[in-house]
Amino acid sequence: MIRIRVWIAGLAVVMVATALFAGSPSVAAKPQQATPASAEVKIDNFSFGPGSLTVPVGTTVTWTNRDDIPHTVVSTEGAFKSKVLDTDEKFSFTFSKAGTFPYFCSIHPKMTGKVVVQ
Amino acid sequence: MIEKSKDELLYDHNKDGVDRRGFLKCMAWAGTGALCVMQGGVLKSYSLSQMSQMDGKMGMGELSFVQISDSHMGFNKAANPDVVGTLKAAVEKINGLPIAPEFMLHTGDISHLSKPEEFDTVDQILKSAAPKDVFFVPGEHDLLNDDGKQYLERYGKGTKGAGWYSFDKKGVHFIGLVNVLNLKAGGLGTLGAEQLEWLENDVKHLQHSTPIVVFAHIPLWSVYPEWGWGTEDSAQALGYLKKFGSVTVLNGHIHQTMQKVEGKVTFHTAASTAFPQPQPGKADSPGPMKVPAEQLKSLLGITDVKYVRGQHALSVVDSTLG
Repeated sequence: MIRIRVWIAGLAVVMVATALFAGSPSVAAKPQQATPASAEVKIDNFSFGPGSLTVPVGTTVTWTNRDDIPHTVVSTEGAFKSKVLDTDEKFSFTFSKAGTFPYFCSIHPKMTGKVVVQ
Repeated sequence: MIEKSKDELLYDHNKDGVDRRGFLKCMAWAGTGALCVMQGGVLKSYSLSQMSQMDGKMGMGELSFVQISDSHMGFNKAANPDVVGTLKAAVEKINGLPIAPEFMLHTGDISHLSKPEEFDTVDQILKSAAPKDVFFVPGEHDLLNDDGKQYLERYGKGTKGAGWYSFDKKGVHFIGLVNVLNLKAGGLGTLGAEQLEWLENDVKHLQHSTPIVVFAHIPLWSVYPEWGWGTEDSAQALGYLKKFGSVTVLNGHIHQTMQKVEGKVTFHTAASTAFPQPQPGKADSPGPMKVPAEQLKSLLGITDVKYVRGQHALSVVDSTLG
């Protein structure tokens, strides 16, 4: 059920991209590279905001540390792991599979969040 | 003997060990410095301002050492743009103590970002301290990006596992523990099974009368779990120390002084030399607390500890940098 939905969503993206760039042959030749989806998570006051983020497959999520203290973004199940992020530093990860990805700050483990990829 | 005055606190330690009013009063003094000492089963507290009234006996003893913590070398934000200057001020404070400490303990967060030059700077500044030996345990800021490999290379010679160890000085048994590695999502500080097993064996053959000093970065008591200020498996560690008549636990991490007495165990957290953090729950997060520049040094400090044979507990005195 989930697989079918993902496939349909994927197909829709390709179709829309093709339609959008129909007048531009150089881009239309590679419709799958149309502007990828992106989303942001801000780190403020020792918390991830939003704490739970839902995005479509293929989305690149970027975390930005806005605290005066370094933090990390580490998948609880090992899917991704940032280096330490000092103030205003960023970490990005592209979610190519559907699923729920819980993560935390390995320095301040009370800080937790999740990305739901559909 | 010390004259009784309105600043002196007395409570019967044998009744419950945790007189809440007494404890809170002791905490209230922590910002300006307090001395808590056990005499004949009774815990007495004195504010630092009273120290000059003492006859000097309190300051004498078999062993004197000093604890510093959370130097966060590399931190440069508004809460303290000059952590080099305040660490140097801490060293000057140590060098000015009336009784020279024999060694120093550093309870972690030596660096802010685990950068080699940050560790180098701290090592360089500490060279000008009168006590030449420094015993370290890591804070979470010292183990970034490499799970503590660099820390072990620099400070871990002769240690076990992630850097835990013990040593003896003048009949006092010191135990340095590591509770900042392999932290689990949603959890607190962790010692882990391997370290706990080592601890059990380390103290197994010691006599009950041996004074014990445990030092680790994150508090080994539940200061404020909502901010991660506690250690998951500290109860098991303290269980191995139950048989001892005097246990002093020294921690850092929370950048403020706090003290608690539970039975024969005295818990104490040291001030940072870098920046203060808010009191538990008194801010949105435990991040660095910005205070007016002229107040900063009154919230940073060092902790002086003395062991006097025959007294039940070690005396722990905090003093601020300004």
